Amino acid sequence: MKPRAPLAIAGLLATMLATTPVHAERLIVSVSNHRVTVTPNYSGGELVLFGSVEKDARTPPNRDSYDLVVTVSGPRADMVTRRKERKFGIWINTDYRQFLQVPGYLALFSNRPFDQIASPEVQRRQQLGLNNVLLMQRVGPDYADVVPNDAFRSAFVRLRSERGLYREATSAVTFLTPTLFRTGIPLPADVPIGTYNVEIKLFADGALVTRTDTAFEIVKVGFEQFVATTARQNGFVYGLVTAAMALMTGWMASIVFRKD
Amino acid sequence: MQLYLPIADIPVNVFLILAMGAAVGFVSGMFGIGGGFLMTPLLIFVGIAPAVAVASVASHIAASSFSGAISYWRRRAIDPVLAIVLLTGGTIGTALGVWTFTVLRSLGQLDLMIALSYVILLTTVGGLMFWEGLRAMLRVRRGGAVSVRKPGSHGWIHGLPLKMRFKRSKIYLSVIPVVVVGLIIGFIGAVMGIGGGFILVPLMIYLLRVPTSTVIGTSMVLTLVTMVFATMLHAVTNHLVDAVLALILMIGGVTGAQFGARAGQKIRGEHLRLLLGLLVLAVGIRFAVELVIRPQDLFSIRETGGAAP
Repeated sequence: MKPRAPLAIAGLLATMLATTPVHAERLIVSVSNHRVTVTPNYSGGELVLFGSVEKDARTPPNRDSYDLVVTVSGPRADMVTRRKERKFGIWINTDYRQFLQVPGYLALFSNRPFDQIASPEVQRRQQLGLNNVLLMQRVGPDYADVVPNDAFRSAFVRLRSERGLYREATSAVTFLTPTLFRTGIPLPADVPIGTYNVEIKLFADGALVTRTDTAFEIVKVGFEQFVATTARQNGFVYGLVTAAMALMTGWMASIVFRKD
Repeated sequence: MQLYLPIADIPVNVFLILAMGAAVGFVSGMFGIGGGFLMTPLLIFVGIAPAVAVASVASHIAASSFSGAISYWRRRAIDPVLAIVLLTGGTIGTALGVWTFTVLRSLGQLDLMIALSYVILLTTVGGLMFWEGLRAMLRVRRGGAVSVRKPGSHGWIHGLPLKMRFKRSKIYLSVIPVVVVGLIIGFIGAVMGIGGGFILVPLMIYLLRVPTSTVIGTSMVLTLVTMVFATMLHAVTNHLVDAVLALILMIGGVTGAQFGARAGQKIRGEHLRLLLGLLVLAVGIRFAVELVIRPQDLFSIRETGGAAP
């Protein structure tokens, strides 16, 4: 058995090299903080992602400019978008669409406009830009994403963008040197808690060269978070405590302001 | 000072909420009402989701009615038997109300229903109060006798079976209308986030003919219990009670109420009713306008849970 082991490893290596696409470049990235703690008086902040493109012997010698697209997606949840219509003289919610497992936070950053980076076909396949990101909807019994200019989809993206939770910036990635880059990831005050995935895609000459992933976590700390968690997990105890608090306050007031 | 509200999920200015609590407390102390019908709309207008506002105000009203109930109890101005009979209806009504609330929320029509019921209830009650106050004022000016309660007149209410004697209030009355009144108040309290004192008191005076000596104290007991119950149910079923928001409101509210009560004693009864009627009417109209004008944004998003781990 023993003498054959190196052979087996060599064989394994050979198959690996044959099956995995050969990357001429490698991306090395890091975020400034892998665990962001949000305190009650948190009013927004920014993470920094930086990294470099490592070339090796297989890199075509004439390749000197790269394009980079960074996609940050927060914890996923189901959301409903409703539309108001005028009925009987008043405005009421009528139609709605359900979005399934869509990210609570979504940011797309690049060093230049997406249409200059790649062809529309590549943009769609690689989900470059808010218009091309897959946002699954339930349409009757089917599940599908719809055209980008669909009224519900665009309203959904617009409303999330207004809260700073969805964003797209095509000049946010800066190349400090031809291979060294950085970008800021702005996080608004009401950023959802959970794990955030960061996907970095490197393009050259309109085609994807390589990609890598990293992640960070947003945790809320402090009394407010404790309250929110308790309210969701122990509704009964939470209700009892709140009711007791109400009675205590009322009783205290009757003592403090007693007239006789 | 900004504070993040854990359930409402928005940062608010503590002093703004405190001031709102104090202002509503002042009004409620002045008129002897819970003030929920003012508090809930104010919270909605500053951007708190109607569902959270309704659920949180319930605990705020519980606090203010408890302090009121204590002082009425000391003055023996509460009819315990009447309160218990009202409560049987009130408890059922509250449970029904919270259930309706949950159903409407899942249908996406809760905000509309809250706004619509505010419009209907407040414009009707406000209009009636205003009219009644105006007439009483004119009567006083003409020097006529003020008679609200016609002695000896018995309506259809008094022909109902299951009669019972309420000793402290000195009335002999069927329990059916009492339970029904409790049920209505409990229901609208849970759905609209109001204590219902401003409806309950007139109903008790004009419909049940409860003497003024026990009416406010007894109505406060009903408000207290239905609101504690509503707080519990909203916390268990919808997880929408914001305790931090409620606490700020309570502190502002109970303080404001003391000054309001003193101010109220300096104003004549019919003027007070006229003012209260105007106030109620104004809030109702504000909601009506909101429904009729085209909203700034036709679309809205709500998370429906199902967050992936």
